[in-house]
Amino acid sequence: MTDTASKPGQTEVWITGIGLATSLGEGLDANWAALQEKRINVDEERFAPFIVHPLLPVSFDSQIPKKGDQRQMEAWQRIGVYAAGLALDSAGIKGNKDILSKIDMVVAAGGGERDLNVDTGVLTAEAKGANAPGFLNERLMSDLRPTLFLAQLSNLLAGNIAIVNGLGGTSRTFMGEEVAGADAARIALSRIASGESDIALIGGSHNGERKDLMVLYEFGDFNLKDKFAPVWARKDHAGFALGSAGAFLVLESKAHAEARGAKPYAKLSSVVTDLARRKQGGDMEATLEKLWAKLPKRDGKGAIISGATGAEPATSEERGFLKKLADFPVRSTGTMFGHTMETQFPLGIALAALSISRGALFPPNDSTGTEVEMQGAPTQIVVVGAGHWRGEGMALVEAV
Amino acid sequence: MTAPRDKLGRPVVVVTGMGITTSLGAGKADNWSKLVAGESGIRTITRFPVDGLKTTMAGTVDFVSVDPFSSTGLSERMAELVTEEALEQAGIGAKGDFPGPLFLAVAPVEVEWPQRRELGRAVGAPDFTYDDLLRISGGGKYSAYHHRFMFGSVAAYLAETFGTKGSPISLSTACASGATSIQLGVEAIRRGETDAALCVATDGTVNPEALVRFSLLSALSTQNDPPQAASRPFSKNRDGFVMAEGAGALVLESYEAATARGANILGVIAGCGELTDSFHRTRSSPDGKPIIGCMNKTLADAGMTPDQIDHINAHGTATPENDKMEYNTTSAVFGDLLQKIPVTSNKSMVGHTISAAGAVEAIFSLLTLEHQRIPPTINYDNPDPTILFDVVGNKARDARVTAVMSNSFGFGGQNASLILTREPA
Repeated sequence: MTDTASKPGQTEVWITGIGLATSLGEGLDANWAALQEKRINVDEERFAPFIVHPLLPVSFDSQIPKKGDQRQMEAWQRIGVYAAGLALDSAGIKGNKDILSKIDMVVAAGGGERDLNVDTGVLTAEAKGANAPGFLNERLMSDLRPTLFLAQLSNLLAGNIAIVNGLGGTSRTFMGEEVAGADAARIALSRIASGESDIALIGGSHNGERKDLMVLYEFGDFNLKDKFAPVWARKDHAGFALGSAGAFLVLESKAHAEARGAKPYAKLSSVVTDLARRKQGGDMEATLEKLWAKLPKRDGKGAIISGATGAEPATSEERGFLKKLADFPVRSTGTMFGHTMETQFPLGIALAALSISRGALFPPNDSTGTEVEMQGAPTQIVVVGAGHWRGEGMALVEAV
Repeated sequence: MTAPRDKLGRPVVVVTGMGITTSLGAGKADNWSKLVAGESGIRTITRFPVDGLKTTMAGTVDFVSVDPFSSTGLSERMAELVTEEALEQAGIGAKGDFPGPLFLAVAPVEVEWPQRRELGRAVGAPDFTYDDLLRISGGGKYSAYHHRFMFGSVAAYLAETFGTKGSPISLSTACASGATSIQLGVEAIRRGETDAALCVATDGTVNPEALVRFSLLSALSTQNDPPQAASRPFSKNRDGFVMAEGAGALVLESYEAATARGANILGVIAGCGELTDSFHRTRSSPDGKPIIGCMNKTLADAGMTPDQIDHINAHGTATPENDKMEYNTTSAVFGDLLQKIPVTSNKSMVGHTISAAGAVEAIFSLLTLEHQRIPPTINYDNPDPTILFDVVGNKARDARVTAVMSNSFGFGGQNASLILTREPA
């Protein structure tokens, strides 16, 4: 098991910037207001029978001023660059060349947004008998936009963030679905805690309004169909509703933040991740218990923000784990924002930091009793992320 | 004996196991003998029809079979083979129980054309939409494709097979990915999180769409005939890189842990550095500052000065822009010293193994240190007069090599450099 916990002599790491662009809105106030009102933005029609949480439209111009830059990206990248810009704004470092020239980026990304017309064109022509050996080559050579490749490459989310905002530190892109978001936080935290880095931008983005992704998840029967229900109420009607979202965080050593007068939303005390074999029932639950035990001591007013997907058997195993922690109020980001894959864990950290900074956990939205009201201000929130197929992670976010 | 910590007080990170597969063959011995003999692994593509393509050759790895074939499947199988080789050499841990984390550089994963076509045929109608594909994708018939085309699937397989610890990290920094995987391993050991790390990089993506994508960006050589002469780093008539497949694995350990268990030390990762270029998606900043900064950061990380580097394993893709930019930036860092530093590009023979290149070339650099012999840059018949590197042209050269800088530059402004030495500094 690998872990990142603050050790004696290691520096404290603060969350000093949060950027959110989601199906509930852009920015912290809009997302917070929607959570208070238990507002969920689902679209059951557009991709019926599949359900998505579509991005609430934003004006990309405000964070990506050059149209040329916007044209070079597909939606998943635009959402991410937008949210990353909001995070830099929120940390007060937008345009600060001294800091941006050294900021370390760890981005969790998928990729591969496809041109569905090209794909369908090739397949239907073949169905009608096109079978020359070079048919596929010729169609791809003539039909693919040359720059589409750059909108598909995983590391070009980070690349576009760097180009649009003038970042000049380091840039690493982690792939691997949900846990990539947790590992991005883990590595950035461990680098700052050990003094390898002073400040980092981490996060991810996801466009859930993509039929090519639905095909991929439909292979495994993971898509939620027909009717929306909160994540915990899907046991007999399992699946996830893909969500569109970008979530980015600025992580910073306490000393670096204090030196520039930056205020923290919260501190990121620990991120732990693992890979359960999931060969038999209970494997994942056991791994979650091991991760929980590795987190630093929790003696404050605690809560849990879960990224449970609604897919089975992972969600039931996670619920089994949560049941043993009945003292902790639970919230599900999957219910409110849909499943945003690589982005779900950074989104969870963002909402944990936001809840701590606003002195209240957002209200429950669940019919099964898994989520209960919380009185008072949380001081310690554990973010739980268990992938729909592989990968488990947890983070401890605490009040400074 | 040397101290277990470097000049900056961090654990020294050594290499105790290596495995490699390229278009030249499987394993260190085969690769090294062909590399120093100046053999090319580039050949006309036979895996799929090349009609209608501008580039018809690549450094494919055809001797590794995967059934059913997919690029991701090939990447996984090659990664497994090189990891087995590296672990056998390192003799670390027990079978299926590697005592550290996995850092895997892997090409981005997506559903591929054979599977997409299978789906298209299954619709069973001449006219259909994407919704029809979506409608027939479920029900369990294609569940294996879900697992195959998860980004994390190759890492999960390797982690389960070799028993690496914790969450395996799959990463991409484009053509610098292999170097980044090593850098992540070095950092984990230096932080004291682990005594050992498994760093693997693999790329099996010579498929029609990948070739078309690079072709549409005018990045590939079109000198198809003869294929062996297509990759021409530092030559006046270079016209692009040659796509290639391959994989490399390195077992990294702290010097202290390696010596404590009596392991044979193959070399030292003395320094790592990276610096983002925010100029353009595919082009380097014209002033070269990010690349210059990357090399300088790497020297500083190693606690070394330019006069201590006696060989450069260049990125050397053979694109007109890369080689020129690499020369300009390298000469800015090394100045007059550069005249005395032999430079070579392994890509002249194995092609550009993209996500794997940083690790493949780090391994060739370590073999160069071991054999005190620098592999040639083949097809160097017509030197570019504006690139004044001391290129090891066409014939391998015996040389005293104590420290190698290996450079990797990628789309998205990714720059990464490594410094490898025989002994701890």
